[in-house]
Amino acid sequence: MAPAVFLLLVWMLVPLCMTLWFSLRDYRPLRGGDLGFVGLENFVRFVSSSSFWPAVFTTMLIVGGVLLVSIIFGVLLAMLLDQPMWGQGVVRILVIAPFFVMPTVSALVWKNMFMDPTNGVFAHIWRAFGADPVVWLTDVPILSLIMIVSWQWLPFATLILLTAFQSLDSEQLEAAEMDGAGPLARFFFIALPHLSRAITIVILIQTIFLLAVFAEIFVTTGGAFGTRTLTYLIYQRVLESQNVGLGSAGGVYAIILANIVALFLMRIVGKNLDR
Amino acid sequence: MGRITLDKVRKAFGEVEVIPPLDLTIEDGEFVVFVGPSGCGKSTLLRLIAGLEDVSGGEIRIDGQDATMVPPAKRGLAMVFQSYALYPHMSVRKNIAFPLRMAGMDAAEQERRVKSAADVLNLTDYLDRRPGQLSGGQRQRVAIGRAIVREPAAFLFDEPLSNLDAALRVGMRLEISELHKRLNTTMIYVTHDQVEAMTMADKIVVLRAGHIEQVGSPLELYRTPRNLFVAGFIGSPKMNLIGGAVASAHDAATIGIRPEHIRVSDEAGDWTGTVGVSEHLGSDTFFHVNCEGIPDPLTVRVGGEVDLHYGDRIHLSPDPEHLHRFDAEGLRLP
Repeated sequence: MAPAVFLLLVWMLVPLCMTLWFSLRDYRPLRGGDLGFVGLENFVRFVSSSSFWPAVFTTMLIVGGVLLVSIIFGVLLAMLLDQPMWGQGVVRILVIAPFFVMPTVSALVWKNMFMDPTNGVFAHIWRAFGADPVVWLTDVPILSLIMIVSWQWLPFATLILLTAFQSLDSEQLEAAEMDGAGPLARFFFIALPHLSRAITIVILIQTIFLLAVFAEIFVTTGGAFGTRTLTYLIYQRVLESQNVGLGSAGGVYAIILANIVALFLMRIVGKNLDR
Repeated sequence: MGRITLDKVRKAFGEVEVIPPLDLTIEDGEFVVFVGPSGCGKSTLLRLIAGLEDVSGGEIRIDGQDATMVPPAKRGLAMVFQSYALYPHMSVRKNIAFPLRMAGMDAAEQERRVKSAADVLNLTDYLDRRPGQLSGGQRQRVAIGRAIVREPAAFLFDEPLSNLDAALRVGMRLEISELHKRLNTTMIYVTHDQVEAMTMADKIVVLRAGHIEQVGSPLELYRTPRNLFVAGFIGSPKMNLIGGAVASAHDAATIGIRPEHIRVSDEAGDWTGTVGVSEHLGSDTFFHVNCEGIPDPLTVRVGGEVDLHYGDRIHLSPDPEHLHRFDAEGLRLP
């Protein structure tokens, strides 16, 4: 165990310590270099910046949107895939496929093949109905990002929810049917409570990854049109403004935020697992 | 009311016909047990009655009304499943109230019915627990409670005791019989255990491969099994079945004699043999006796005080009044 723990500590503690260190210094590599300790000034400046709250809001919107889409459609897809059908194996592999596509690639595919206002598939569809094509990434940038990121995470949610569906005792559904529960009541009273644990696990894991969504924004809007999330703001502070100190302070905020979310969600999962 | 009539009901899964056309009438208030070896179609038959499976042909009538195409919830039947099928995320109270809630009954009436069901089943102290916190027997009672509150026309039990240990099973058997006497509602009970069938049933339906082999009261089946299958299936220990020359002597292809209908003697008897393994139950003793001219050892049931040992030579004679004779097709000869 020791070597693994050592590796993990080095892997995590070194960057963490460096981030903490830089967050306390005024460090601008191309504009004067390391200008010494500034105390908590970076932390104050990061939060009081006019881009901070919009970035938090955007992050919440994207995370919440993707969670909503991937869970609602994940449950529906899992229900569909749970039905016996011809070519089940192939269909299941196809459903999981998007998960294996790199975020950069999938964002590029969406941007150029689907959402492009002149040549994109969506533009063709809109024109086929005589409508003006939507300029996705400019007009509805957040919705577009939610679509792209959801597409990547839907397979994950579907997979976990499918296994949960498969573990549902069919006698319970039959008992509910005999007890007079219609299909909808069976779904809400029996299937959904059964899925609650799987849903919390999906929420937990996805939230942690979704807070760090970066490639999709970088490739599509580059943070423009109000798609600047907290992660992206930190990136801009460090690399575009060349202010490592300020960016590191943002990084520390992100660590705290992620831990609050993790703690909160761990408690929910813990409570669910106790049952 | 709960008179259930099956008229030429048949069921096929694809090409495989698991239940060939079958007729059966279950009278109101009767306790009917479907018994047979595993895979005989008894559970399928119950599920057809419940409506959980669609019939492939024929008609099911409940109280004279055609119910063949009626969805399960509208048939007025309640079912207790083998796995109990309790809803794990609901308290016992909510589990029992679930069918009432689905029927849209008002809360006060729900509460009243849950209370009275809990009283009947000794569940009052457990109403706020979850199924996961209950023992097997308690879960079983919750499942029965969920069935009772609906005041159904008939109860359907699908091997409800097979997940319980032996001691609890005997207790629950009594409780279910007691419940039947009190409610006086039709009950259909599926089991592979002939002891459950014999002890609980008003009427036993013996099934094999989807066919009804015999229908009758427990004692009818015990006294006059219609064929070799029923003869071998009903009764514990099993009836001794003897073929060959011994049977020919009685003008039959096979003769059957129950262990309790064989007389043991030191001096003389129809058959001579040596005592093999003996099983002492205290009240009774079962001897396995290897007889000359009979390939399989005979089981003999005698009182607990009879003292015989491994290797003793004894003489056996069947009680002629209780000798069952079967023809070459396995059917009972008069």
